[in-house]
Amino acid sequence: MGFLTGLFWFVVVIAGCMAAGWLFRTIAIAVTPKGVKKELRTAPLTASFGMLMIIIYIFVAIFAPLIAPFPERMVVGPEYMPWDQVHLLGTDNLGRDMLSRLIFGARNTVGIAFATTALAFLIGSILGLLAATVGGWLDQVLSRAVDVLMAIPALIFSLLLLTIFGTSVITLILVIAVIDSTRVFRLARSVALNIVVMDYIEAAKLRGEGLWRLITREILPNAMAPLVAEFGLRFCFVFLAISALSFLGLGLQPPMADWGSMVKENATLIAFGDITPLLPAVAIALLTVSVNFVVDWQLHRASGLKE
Amino acid sequence: MTEQNNGKPVLLTMKGLRIEGRSDETWSEIVHGIDLTLHKGEVLGLIGESGAGKSTVGLAAMGFTRDGCRISGGEIVFDGIDLMKASEATKRDLRGKRIAYVAQSAAASFNPAHKLMDQYCEAPVQHGVMGRNEAESDAVDLYRRMQLPEPDVIGFRYPHQVSGGQLQRAMTAMAMACRPDLIIFDEPTTALDVTTQIEVLAAIRNIVEQFDTAAIYITHDLAVVAQMADRIKVLLKGDEVEEADTRSMLSAPKEDYTKSLWAVRSHARAEQPPVAADKTPVVSVKNITAGYGAVDVLMNVNFDIHERRTVAVVGESGSGKSTTARVITGLLPPRQGEILFDGKVLPPDYRRRTRDQLRQAQMIYQMADTALNPKLRIRELIGRPAQMYLGLQGKALTDRIRNLLDLIELEPDDYIDRLPAELSGGQKQRIGIARALAAEPKFIICDEVTSALDQLVAEGILKLLDKLQTEFDLAYMFITHDLATVKAIADEVVVMKEGRVVEQGPKSEMFQPPHDPYTELLLSSVPEMDPDWLTDLLRERESG
Amino acid sequence: MSHIWSMIAKRLALGLLTLFIVSLLIFGATELLPGDFAEEFLGQAATPETVAAIRRELGLDLPMHTRYIEWLTGVLQGDFGNSLSNRRPVIELISTRLGNTLFLALYAAAIAVPLSLMLGILAALFRNSFFDRFSNASALTSISFPEFFVAYILIFWLAGRGGMFPSMASFRGDPSMAEMLYRTFLPALTLTLVVTAHMMRMTRAAIINLLASPYIEMARLKGMKPMRVIVKHALPNALAPIINVIALNLAYLITGVVVVEVVFVFPGLGQLMVDSVAARDMPVVQAVALIFAAAYVLLNLTADVLATLSNPRLVHRR
Repeated sequence: MGFLTGLFWFVVVIAGCMAAGWLFRTIAIAVTPKGVKKELRTAPLTASFGMLMIIIYIFVAIFAPLIAPFPERMVVGPEYMPWDQVHLLGTDNLGRDMLSRLIFGARNTVGIAFATTALAFLIGSILGLLAATVGGWLDQVLSRAVDVLMAIPALIFSLLLLTIFGTSVITLILVIAVIDSTRVFRLARSVALNIVVMDYIEAAKLRGEGLWRLITREILPNAMAPLVAEFGLRFCFVFLAISALSFLGLGLQPPMADWGSMVKENATLIAFGDITPLLPAVAIALLTVSVNFVVDWQLHRASGLKE
Repeated sequence: MTEQNNGKPVLLTMKGLRIEGRSDETWSEIVHGIDLTLHKGEVLGLIGESGAGKSTVGLAAMGFTRDGCRISGGEIVFDGIDLMKASEATKRDLRGKRIAYVAQSAAASFNPAHKLMDQYCEAPVQHGVMGRNEAESDAVDLYRRMQLPEPDVIGFRYPHQVSGGQLQRAMTAMAMACRPDLIIFDEPTTALDVTTQIEVLAAIRNIVEQFDTAAIYITHDLAVVAQMADRIKVLLKGDEVEEADTRSMLSAPKEDYTKSLWAVRSHARAEQPPVAADKTPVVSVKNITAGYGAVDVLMNVNFDIHERRTVAVVGESGSGKSTTARVITGLLPPRQGEILFDGKVLPPDYRRRTRDQLRQAQMIYQMADTALNPKLRIRELIGRPAQMYLGLQGKALTDRIRNLLDLIELEPDDYIDRLPAELSGGQKQRIGIARALAAEPKFIICDEVTSALDQLVAEGILKLLDKLQTEFDLAYMFITHDLATVKAIADEVVVMKEGRVVEQGPKSEMFQPPHDPYTELLLSSVPEMDPDWLTDLLRERESG
Repeated sequence: MSHIWSMIAKRLALGLLTLFIVSLLIFGATELLPGDFAEEFLGQAATPETVAAIRRELGLDLPMHTRYIEWLTGVLQGDFGNSLSNRRPVIELISTRLGNTLFLALYAAAIAVPLSLMLGILAALFRNSFFDRFSNASALTSISFPEFFVAYILIFWLAGRGGMFPSMASFRGDPSMAEMLYRTFLPALTLTLVVTAHMMRMTRAAIINLLASPYIEMARLKGMKPMRVIVKHALPNALAPIINVIALNLAYLITGVVVVEVVFVFPGLGQLMVDSVAARDMPVVQAVALIFAAAYVLLNLTADVLATLSNPRLVHRR
């Protein structure tokens, strides 16, 4: 019987999500300008739902202090209080308000993951485009260096570096950005390599265009679609990596509210059949699923695959 | 099905065939009601330009549509079987067994992961026509009939180990494996060089006659279809223009469109007076030897190009004609020799050339699709050289762009802010020309600029280039494999083979005997509109 | 055929070279630290004596290249030095745990690889059907889940009140094979769920990418059945990307193991590494990182060789 009720709720939740996605798409199509409208019409329900969720997350992250009922680090009651009127989701292992920490977690976890991804992209795509355009020894040196860095599994490498540099927010961002930039480099380089062989690049070179203009006007506009999709995917990876590190107790450090460590801190409750500790994990999963849905739609559009 | 033609029963009929294609989530009709009747043992030629729907109709004869297409109306009956109502299983049973298909590019249509023999045997074995051993010995027999070299062992090679012309013959043999009643040939020789094309055409015709197989022969090349077909049907944008037996179609086409197709090859550049002996050529290619890695692709190449003159560089794939262009533009510095421009030596590497040297020599590419940055608008595409080399800004620049669009006969207001994707193939090529003109050069390299275009569109491009040459005193180097194009536009001809110049001289001399043996082979291999041409040529070559 | 062996030999040599550079990197990483590792490690407890002791322990008083050569010769003989936290030889800590981790990874791989290949082929065959859309959406979803989330859901669902499976995957003594498989079922299932989705999606994509090829159309026009078109004509040409994705995911199992081991309190290398990172126990971290990296390099190497062998254009030259 438990299985059937589970299935029932599962179906209800999925249907609710799809309805929300549909509603969002309908409203969005109504209020946006013409060019965007045409794009939005091609969005499947999964992607519409994804966009809606991403907007909600951004909103929560920006206005966290206004939305959260209690401050991030304040002890407001006894430990592990159940859900009630005041503390909607109860309290955590130190007696802090769970809902407030969940809301501030959006700001910390998402913000840091975003900053890290942006940095990784800045490093990786600039070097990748440069390597593909200039070629020769520069390409050889950079590619071999990246090969070696990629020969160490990302999580293991970050654990090694964190052992050495210690765990502060800045080192966390730098370490993960550097490790992830190798993956961005690979993609940016291979995308650019496919563009560099085009006749219009040859024409631009023969015209005497400089390196800067070659990259910004001729290559980058054509590499944008895969790079943007990759940004979404990378964001998910970084976000999951930081959460995993925090879960292992090696990422964002207490008392900062962070979804990964919140799961770890309250994990004991799960064995007692309380799902509260899983809520931060749900928050993580929901965002990555949403981003993936949107990226999947965009990739599908870019590839023009009808199948 | 009692209708008779020379005593032969009807094999295939199509009535009012309509096919729709999907683009941007909407369906639009691409074939608007085609009727077709084919008798046993008969060869029907389907001709038309790109977008005529000839491949689509050919595939429909197998009850097959490509992804994104669907048959929306009409009827297709093959030997009493209604293909519109037949189940997938019934149609699968026909395909490969009673109706076979020969694709345009054999290199792409053979599965790279399997040996030729395995692919040959697949249809007969899977359809239960014969056992594996019988199929193998049958394959060797057919390979021999198709005049493939080493017929006993060639089947045990992978596709990448066999040349293009041989693959095309192996594919025809594969289509014959179950001795089908009907074969669809979809442009089987378009991707081949002219000298190879002859061999493949002869082999195909031979085997179709031997087994008395009916065929639909799809092509855009009139001269080719004249050799192969008993009847010809002309298509235009999914509609039938006319149909007649080959001889009457060639001698007396009824419709204007057909007549215009027949007349295409009439454009010829006026004879130019000889160049004064003491005049300095615009470009001089002097003793060039060049190559990639350790391999020499060009050996001791020499020729001159004068102002207001067009030099056509002719050769088959691998002859080194495009490499010559790369050496002149400085993309491939030569091992030996030098390039002179107005009598002065150019630096071998383009990166060492001055901006003015780069400006003076421009290039137009074969594939306009890859030659124009898809993300830039026409304004920037052709404005950039004017801005960069001539320092034009603001209104002066816009005026220049509009002026250039006028020159290439595109309405400025309509086209200036378009993206390349919003242009047709011929229009893209015109933008390529405008981009070259924008630099105000003295010399333009045209690399196979018309070979990706339909005949009528290509004709327009050639006329435009001719007009611009007179107007701006341009020197052209025209790279092509197509001798008809050479006749149309060249003043002088350079014939290349395997990296060497085998013959060069004024056009009038080139098309008169005596020739170098290779030039002779090249000239004689170009199909002519005469239905007896192939037969005569083969007889001649056999006796000579 | 000789060229193919020389190609493989070259790839092997490259793999060894990579491993060598990786070892340099893992060892040299300590040098990146501004200041002194010993002082950093001890923090508040740093006295001149303890700092000197640690420095001797790590050989920090010797020049770098000497230390590296000593460390590497030690490693090659199976000597990774002593742990800083409990003074025991690192090799002792590692040996049994390595076996456990490998067992878990292989367990998961044995389920995940055949399962994902099968699902991927089916999804390609029935593309755009409900089955395809459903499996695609669930694959995307499970890729997006953090491993610990999947693990806890499984615990909540299969180990909680009903208790079909144990939530702790630790075992004492010398359990039988069946007992091991039973006790480690949940962690193995977690890992399977995490990697299957990606492998399945990529298998599907690798096959579908080829379906527009002229040779696939040719196979259809020869009247071949859809299953045969996919398995005989598309799959052999999709092998290289599929092999690479499998290698990538097996390698990912190694990293994924770390989190899963922590959730299930499984006595493996990952658990050891996390504890050692928290304690900043450098010799242990180095040793475990080197083992993980070696496994990773080896997997990629195998994948490259297999992908080469699967391509007739490389095996049979003109």
